[in-house]
Amino acid sequence: MTDPLIDIRDVSFSYGESAVLRHIQLEVHQGEFLGIVGPNAGGKSTLLKLILGLLEPQSGSIRVLGREPRQASRRLGYVPQYPSFPRDFPISVEEVVLLGRIGMHKQSGRFASLIPGHNTRADRRAVSQALIEVEAENLAHRQIGSLSGGQLQRVLLARALASEPQILILDEPTANIDQRLESDIFDLLKQFNERMTILVVSHDIGFVSTYVNRVACINGTLVCHHTDAIDGQVIQELYGENVRMVAHSH
Amino acid sequence: MEFFDALAQHHFLQTAVIAALLASIGCGVMGTYVVVKRIAFIAGGIAHSVLGGMGAAVYYGFDPLFGALLAAIFAALLIGWVRLQWKAQEDTLIGALWAIGMAVGILFIAKSPGYQADLMSYLFGNILLVPEQSLWFMAGLDALLLIVVGLYHRQFLAVVFDEEFARLRGVPVTLFYLLLLVLVAVTVVLLIQVVGLILVLALLTLPAAVAGHYVHSLGRMMLLATLIGSLLSLSGLALSYQPDLPSGPTIILLAGALYLASAVFVQLRRRQRARAFLNVSGEKPDG
Repeated sequence: MTDPLIDIRDVSFSYGESAVLRHIQLEVHQGEFLGIVGPNAGGKSTLLKLILGLLEPQSGSIRVLGREPRQASRRLGYVPQYPSFPRDFPISVEEVVLLGRIGMHKQSGRFASLIPGHNTRADRRAVSQALIEVEAENLAHRQIGSLSGGQLQRVLLARALASEPQILILDEPTANIDQRLESDIFDLLKQFNERMTILVVSHDIGFVSTYVNRVACINGTLVCHHTDAIDGQVIQELYGENVRMVAHSH
Repeated sequence: MEFFDALAQHHFLQTAVIAALLASIGCGVMGTYVVVKRIAFIAGGIAHSVLGGMGAAVYYGFDPLFGALLAAIFAALLIGWVRLQWKAQEDTLIGALWAIGMAVGILFIAKSPGYQADLMSYLFGNILLVPEQSLWFMAGLDALLLIVVGLYHRQFLAVVFDEEFARLRGVPVTLFYLLLLVLVAVTVVLLIQVVGLILVLALLTLPAAVAGHYVHSLGRMMLLATLIGSLLSLSGLALSYQPDLPSGPTIILLAGALYLASAVFVQLRRRQRARAFLNVSGEKPDG
């Protein structure tokens, strides 16, 4: 088997004195569509931030694409749960997606990030391609403040795609949008999975397990399952109570 | 009008007009970042800590503008560093720098004989007293601002829009955030000449905020804010000339009035549009 794209070994993390993650082991391989599920405050988003290099673990090691997470982050596409910018910021959809192209054709060297750079024709092509892929090409000139929740989610997805990532990482991509649109987004992800590895955090195990091919359940510690093996027993162990389960046929 | 006759005759008025235009460039470009990044309070802290540097420069016999520039850059780096390290204490530190800077400045100036008269002009500015060689200093600072912002506008946009995402894309966020604050500090020093350090905040934020009511990209906001800043400072200068009012406060009051009028106008327009939209869609079922 090839080396894993993401290799997490015995990682623990705590904010101050409360441990969020304990002894996490996880390998993610090329082409996987991994769902990360678990109760609120179970450490799902924290795990993503560790993989992205936004946080550093107190113990254990994380390698992403064979490097330190911080060095690999330019080759990851990230879609946050909540947009970390004010919605009234004066910026168009196209400009937002263009920001996904920063750092794309960077020479190596210590001061490479200080080379000014500007938006090239190739950048603009990649941006319109990304917008087409998420079916939002008609939004290119809209202000981000005028978008609905579902439209904004597509734009954030396009921003992540514009950087041509090897791994796409999404934190609750459908938490703030209509349930009807939820399967639209996951249908898109299923298509992208043909050319990239995908990690998606969700609180809705029943829903994601119809799309992903492996589920990592996190509640402080981590248990992995192939999607076939998920039943009421597993969910009950994880959440510690009965959860309504949607039956689905594959 | 009397102002324009005087402008043709008096060299000091021509100098004042050029100073106003030079200051407007800085306030348009950096004011836009201050408004969209919501760091007006940081800019205020930087502006007031400048008095300490000016006082020290006067006491030791240097050019006060040089002292102002050093103090402004020091305050910007300190505030920026604290914000990035321990987010929670940022506002306390800004308040402390604000007060300490002014206290240091007043002590130094009190101990420098013969300079008391200048204190008022640092606090409230006097565009009519801008010496001609300061114009070169201001033009140099403007050129520096435009070059740095021109080169790194993508990185600055990434940092002011979404720091977390910028960091993931490999943008050195700390460096560019600190650079942005240093440029704001430079702008503060530019504007002190015109309106003084107490009123700097108004000229830094109000033209950009008004521009933000009407245009929706950073580049256009900068351009429009520069125009509005020029108009405001020139008309303030003209209005204050005949009745011999202090020009700084006159400029600021004009800016404040324009901002309030524009905010009310935008609010009313939005309400009217919403109503028009409802009426149109309400008529649809009838055909």
